[in-house]
Amino acid sequence: MSKQYETVIGLEVHVELATKTKIFCGCSTEFGGAPNTHTCPVCTGMPGSLPVLNKQVVEYAIAVGLATNCQITQYCKFDRKNYFYPDNPQNYQISQLYLPICRNGGVEIETAAGKKTIGIHEIHMEEDAGKLIHDEWENCSLVDYNRSGVPLIEIVSEPDMRSAEEVIAYLDKLRLIIQYLGASDCKLQEGSMRADVNLSVREVGAAEFGTRTEMKNLNSFKAIARAIEGERARQIELIEEGKQVVQETRRWDDNKEYSYAMRSKEDAQDYRYFPEPDLVPVVISDEWLERIRANQPELRTEKLERYKKEYDIPDYDAEIITGSKKMADIFEATTAICGKPKKVSNWLMVETMRLLKENDMEPEQIAFSPENLAKLIELTEAGTVNSTVAKEVFEEVFKNNIDPNQYVEEKGLKTVNDEGALRSTIEQIIKDNPQSVEDYRNGKKKAIGFLVGQTMKAMKGKANPGMVNQILQELLQ
Amino acid sequence: MANIISDETIEYVGILAKLELSKEEKEQAKKDMGSMLDYIDKLNELDTSGVEPMSHVFPVNNVFREDVVVNGDEHEKTLANAPAKKAQSFKVPRTVE
Amino acid sequence: MDLTGLTAVELGRKIQAKEVTVLDAVRAVLDQIKKSEEKVNAYVTVDEAGALKRAEEVQKKIDAGELKGPLAGVPAAIKDNMCTEGLLTTCSSKILGNFVPTYTSEAVKNLEAAGAVIIGKANMDEFAMGSTTETSAYGETKNPWNTEHVPGGSSGGSCAAVAAEECIFALGSDTGGSIRQPSSFCGVTGIKPTYGTVSRYGLIAYGSSLDQIGPVAKDVTDCATILEVISSHDTKDSTSVKREDLDFTSALLDDVKGMKIGIPRDYLGEGLDPEVKDAVLKAAKVLEEKGAVVEEFDLSLAEYAIPAYYVIASAEASSNLARFDGIKYGYRTEEYEGLHNMYKKTRSEGFGPEVKRRIMLGSFVLSSGYYDAYYLKALRTKALIKQAFDRAFETYDVILGPAAPTTAPKLGESLADPIKMYLGDIYTISVNLAGLPGISVPCGTDKKGLPIGLQLIGDCFQEKKIIRAAYSFEQSRSYQRCPLAEM
Repeated sequence: MSKQYETVIGLEVHVELATKTKIFCGCSTEFGGAPNTHTCPVCTGMPGSLPVLNKQVVEYAIAVGLATNCQITQYCKFDRKNYFYPDNPQNYQISQLYLPICRNGGVEIETAAGKKTIGIHEIHMEEDAGKLIHDEWENCSLVDYNRSGVPLIEIVSEPDMRSAEEVIAYLDKLRLIIQYLGASDCKLQEGSMRADVNLSVREVGAAEFGTRTEMKNLNSFKAIARAIEGERARQIELIEEGKQVVQETRRWDDNKEYSYAMRSKEDAQDYRYFPEPDLVPVVISDEWLERIRANQPELRTEKLERYKKEYDIPDYDAEIITGSKKMADIFEATTAICGKPKKVSNWLMVETMRLLKENDMEPEQIAFSPENLAKLIELTEAGTVNSTVAKEVFEEVFKNNIDPNQYVEEKGLKTVNDEGALRSTIEQIIKDNPQSVEDYRNGKKKAIGFLVGQTMKAMKGKANPGMVNQILQELLQ
Repeated sequence: MANIISDETIEYVGILAKLELSKEEKEQAKKDMGSMLDYIDKLNELDTSGVEPMSHVFPVNNVFREDVVVNGDEHEKTLANAPAKKAQSFKVPRTVE
Repeated sequence: MDLTGLTAVELGRKIQAKEVTVLDAVRAVLDQIKKSEEKVNAYVTVDEAGALKRAEEVQKKIDAGELKGPLAGVPAAIKDNMCTEGLLTTCSSKILGNFVPTYTSEAVKNLEAAGAVIIGKANMDEFAMGSTTETSAYGETKNPWNTEHVPGGSSGGSCAAVAAEECIFALGSDTGGSIRQPSSFCGVTGIKPTYGTVSRYGLIAYGSSLDQIGPVAKDVTDCATILEVISSHDTKDSTSVKREDLDFTSALLDDVKGMKIGIPRDYLGEGLDPEVKDAVLKAAKVLEEKGAVVEEFDLSLAEYAIPAYYVIASAEASSNLARFDGIKYGYRTEEYEGLHNMYKKTRSEGFGPEVKRRIMLGSFVLSSGYYDAYYLKALRTKALIKQAFDRAFETYDVILGPAAPTTAPKLGESLADPIKMYLGDIYTISVNLAGLPGISVPCGTDKKGLPIGLQLIGDCFQEKKIIRAAYSFEQSRSYQRCPLAEM
């Protein structure tokens, strides 16, 4: 008889904010760039340098706090978290411990098991670390401080989740809220959203939580789900063997599907937090708070409602499109240009989704402009290109964001509407395919499909399908 | 001396502070820290209940920067004093991961 | 002409009047350095070539009428904890033995914009931790009044350089008395301004919530003039205060009529050398005779300032000095096995004993389980000390007392007993905890011929009151050159 276990999960989610500059200096946050090109004395910990807080960071943090139903700490401060590591140039991280900017919030998630609120314990502002690259040739590591000082918020949940499914629903909810606010692009692959998982298990019905571990290095939803399963199994095994779960930080290796303890005598986890003396408190007035509240953009739930009312598109389409800020933005912008929501929705739901899937891309990576999609829709509507050609052109729009008008012109893809030209082609086709013509005349109506196909082939796909049908029927009478 | 500093404490603080003390230095550090803490314990004579800890002397708040890029590529300056560098980066002993 | 004996303002005037060239002034100071530096060791770095080049540039600007300020062309020494672009900045530590900053601290920039000529970088206690300038990795500085004695610290190099006339004025920094105490020991004048008055950008931090840069010079007029130049609201320093009242020279008035001056009884008790006490009370008498109302009062809490200071300053220092790790700049140990060993060896070899002592203490008081008992307790004590000063300034314009309990001790006597050394800062430390301005002016010498300093403390932003009182007192005596400078 085996015991029943419950998994208890809390998440620490780090989100890189979409500011132009770092949290404490005027260096660019742009991703990429040669090593150490986005650095200055402040973000490399030069002696004598001092931090000055980027106001936009506070505004984004407040916006996320409001959207996740948090209380905003109207007198908040920064603290230093002290630990030595080469990616941390001052050997302390400026963060918040004692008075974080947001507290006591929560978001509602929906899974197969129903609706549930996941509590948010706190959200705090802090600086990101630099990047370490391991050099295999020399057995050394190389430090690049381009990411050092990029602003982060850390969203700490309550231990309210019980399954990987809930964790993913929660992350998805956070991602959508933050993307809608424009506070971050939340790309897991690029690390602009990262999650550490705190997990413990206990017997079903137990009042106390078990000992938890913290897992780091989770770069995708899949890895998170696998890590939760792996860690749950590991802890249950320990308990069944009568052993203790040790409270520790573990690193998930997604290739080996196993987590490793990150323990070392040299990493005594004693961060010696104290108030950052180089920064002054942030006092958030009621007026400031109201201003941010008033400027909050439309979030997903509101947008969904509006779509259902405002646009004549199926509810299912509205759900999918608003499921990504990027999709919704493209939908609205394209519709604003061409005024055909249904057509826009079709292009997004069918062709865009297909190409995303084929290329293993997220909607956030969509690179085409609403202008070019609108142009393509107009070309199809006007009958300038037929639907087959339109799909071909869209692939180019999707891949290279080409201008459809120009592309169609240059490649000569316009539908041939010239009746004389079509008629002579069709006459030739009829001459070349006597068997099909006979079949058709003998009542095999389907045979016309073959003749249409032959015509389209001869016209390199550019014939107007309606006209082809019409002329064929006329000539076959 | 009221505050007796153990070998373990000195070892632990050495790990936090990334200082490696010789045997003699450790003995000296135990003595120094013990007597400093005895001296600091004088603060316990003061009744500070109900007193807010004061980190900043003046009530200056809300000092901000606008979110505008002002720095260009300064990698040469950043790396100018590096004891060891490679590929435009700081070179350090391999980190364990 | 005896140029090095002039004050900054006097020399600046002669330069503007074309009686003296900038090059003359710089050469005179360099000559003096050649004469006495071997005995004093006030500098870590003398930038002779840089100073001569700069002298010509400044002269051109003066001739073109672009530089008209009082400090244009005047040679200055900078304490070696302020970053100077292209010029070695060591904090008197081995760990920064090869550190050439890529930027200049804001206070020095302000000085340079006013046309001052940087002669070199003044010696100090390593990372400003000490009261004697004996903890420098580059040899101790000696007191120009008697080279068997210490110059005080941590700005000992700055004060000794001014006294020995190896510069015309200097910048120092003051975390717990580091300008006022060595000024007192060296017979010169120094001001620690209100916290936030001079930008800390580019000042290599010791105790961030306490550090302030200030001037060291021959007299009050110079100090007010220099302070006016280096003070600024700096957007790079979040703790920099926007002030409209930086015209400190307007307070150079010989007038203390009706000024209420309080002398804390706590500052006259046990531990105070009778000769120092005598000189300070005589100085008070001078002010009283000029019309000030002088009385004694109980400030209280003085004895708690030192333990609170050592908790706060050490804690901040343990964190501020974490960046010296052998990765980005400065010293890295030769041989090591792995990252943590590199950290430990680099730091253990790079820092001296006093710095290590304070880093260890600071790390301990912040460590898990001790934060409330030590760090928060110290911050609460700081709040009480601030309150005590607030109460005192409801009654008094200025608080008067000694800058240090004794005159300069002999070399080698202080470091053996750290707590005794720390006690020497008893009259200066609480001023830093409360963020107040303080000035030290010479008020006599003891039997051994060593200078005694009078300290005047003002309420926040009331530099002008202490400048006025100090200036008024100064009118009663003339500047005494040290024997070494007179030779």
